[in-house]
Amino acid sequence: MVDELGLSKALAGRLLMLLVAAMVVLAALGVGGGVAAWSLAREWRQGAASALMIEVPQPSERLKSETRVGRVLALLQADPQVGSAHLLTQDELSTLLRPWLGGDVAALGLELPAMIEVHLVDPGVQGAGLGAGALVTKLQQSVPGTIAEASDDWSARLLALGRSLAACAGVAVVLVLSVAVALVALAASAGLSAQRETIEILHLLGATDGDVANRFARRLGLLTLVGGIAGALVALPLLVELANLAAPFGVAPSDDVAAQPLSMLTTLPPAIWTGLAALPFAAAGIGWITAQLTVRVWLRRLP
Amino acid sequence: MVRLEQVGLSYAMGRRAPEVLSDLSFSIPEGGFRWLLGPSGAGKTSLLRMLFLGLRPTRGHLTLLGTDVRAAPRDDLPRLRRHIGVVFQDFRLLDHLSVYDNVALPLRLAGWSAIQVRDDVTEMLGWVGLLPKMDQRPAALSGGEQQRVAIARAVVARPALLLADEPTGNLDDAQATRLMGLFLEMNRLGTTVVLATHNTRLVDRFPARSLLLENGCLVADG
Repeated sequence: MVDELGLSKALAGRLLMLLVAAMVVLAALGVGGGVAAWSLAREWRQGAASALMIEVPQPSERLKSETRVGRVLALLQADPQVGSAHLLTQDELSTLLRPWLGGDVAALGLELPAMIEVHLVDPGVQGAGLGAGALVTKLQQSVPGTIAEASDDWSARLLALGRSLAACAGVAVVLVLSVAVALVALAASAGLSAQRETIEILHLLGATDGDVANRFARRLGLLTLVGGIAGALVALPLLVELANLAAPFGVAPSDDVAAQPLSMLTTLPPAIWTGLAALPFAAAGIGWITAQLTVRVWLRRLP
Repeated sequence: MVRLEQVGLSYAMGRRAPEVLSDLSFSIPEGGFRWLLGPSGAGKTSLLRMLFLGLRPTRGHLTLLGTDVRAAPRDDLPRLRRHIGVVFQDFRLLDHLSVYDNVALPLRLAGWSAIQVRDDVTEMLGWVGLLPKMDQRPAALSGGEQQRVAIARAVVARPALLLADEPTGNLDDAQATRLMGLFLEMNRLGTTVVLATHNTRLVDRFPARSLLLENGCLVADG
């Protein structure tokens, strides 16, 4: 294809591709950070929301044929929302209360309430879904005085934190993309200035605005695509490393992945893969559209 | 074909801006031939610029190939320009393209196929005697050769209107005669031709109706 406008020289590609690559790396880190923050918050929220600590005062007191704590345990085990219910042993209880009651709790002769650590199943499980509130109400009706301590406040704070971090990452990505738009517009303007006379000649020979703008857009779209692909390739190992660091916190599976380089790639959540794959095309789209607009506006000055 | 009615042109904006062309009224029928004469600064180049749509008149009516240029939307002008061939005084060749690609430009912009482009461009380069230099860059050519490339580019698409500003200024007599033959042959085939020149010998050798400009005004049409 003949380069009528001489754009291969007027729009020198190396610096532009380098800058686009750098911006795609930043955008990829922003996307990765946003997805990670969102996932972490969701994991933590799910963990907090699914945990309950049930306190049963006078646990040994009998209610008909069973003790109060026995009744609570039976109800818990029969409830489809409950994944596990663990009655804390005397030792565990002593450890839990040591900061308040000292080392030898048994010597105090107090009748301590029974503590049951409950983990609810995923709300999607069939038969579940009434929520912790309904379960607690049922326990309190059957065994009066039973107290449940949920983590609603913490889960709400974690969700807000996750949303804030994801929003910050989104703002960072938008800023990076805005800089990319400005950069491409600058490159197109420089190309227009450099090739002003050539463009005027083509214009007088019957070139439409579209003819000129399409040539600029193809060139800049190609440069930004190549820069975008390079940037995505550079960002990939960084994101894998970050995903591995985040894995113990519940964003992605970890354990043995560090020992198996190929399986490390699977640590990246699908959302990050999608974002990473989309970024070079987004860069090319920005290059193409910005070039079209910049060139068409500039050409309006010609008769 | 070409019709001007009380056309005025000024480069500055505003009603009091001085006009470089004033009250031009003339017409050239389809297939007409006109010499455009006048001293330097008379407005010949400005008139040609207006005729090849490098400028729009600031007042009056200019009709080219059936289109009222002042009223036409800007997007309609490229189609009109493709029917106009221009030989610029300073040639305005693209230095980064070969001779072949320079001549091929109007055809490619008009969407011709590669085969059509090749056939017509090689024929035209043969006509102007530059086939052996088709792969060279304009900078490697002499002034006369560059002028012949410019002429080949102007006529290769067989324009309906051919405009030329001193088209034989850098050519020797033999080349000038040969290229005038090309212009006259195109004119015989129906192309309207307007040639601006200072070369009175050339005008005497190829007598035709003339437009004489002085100080931006048409002082003779005949």
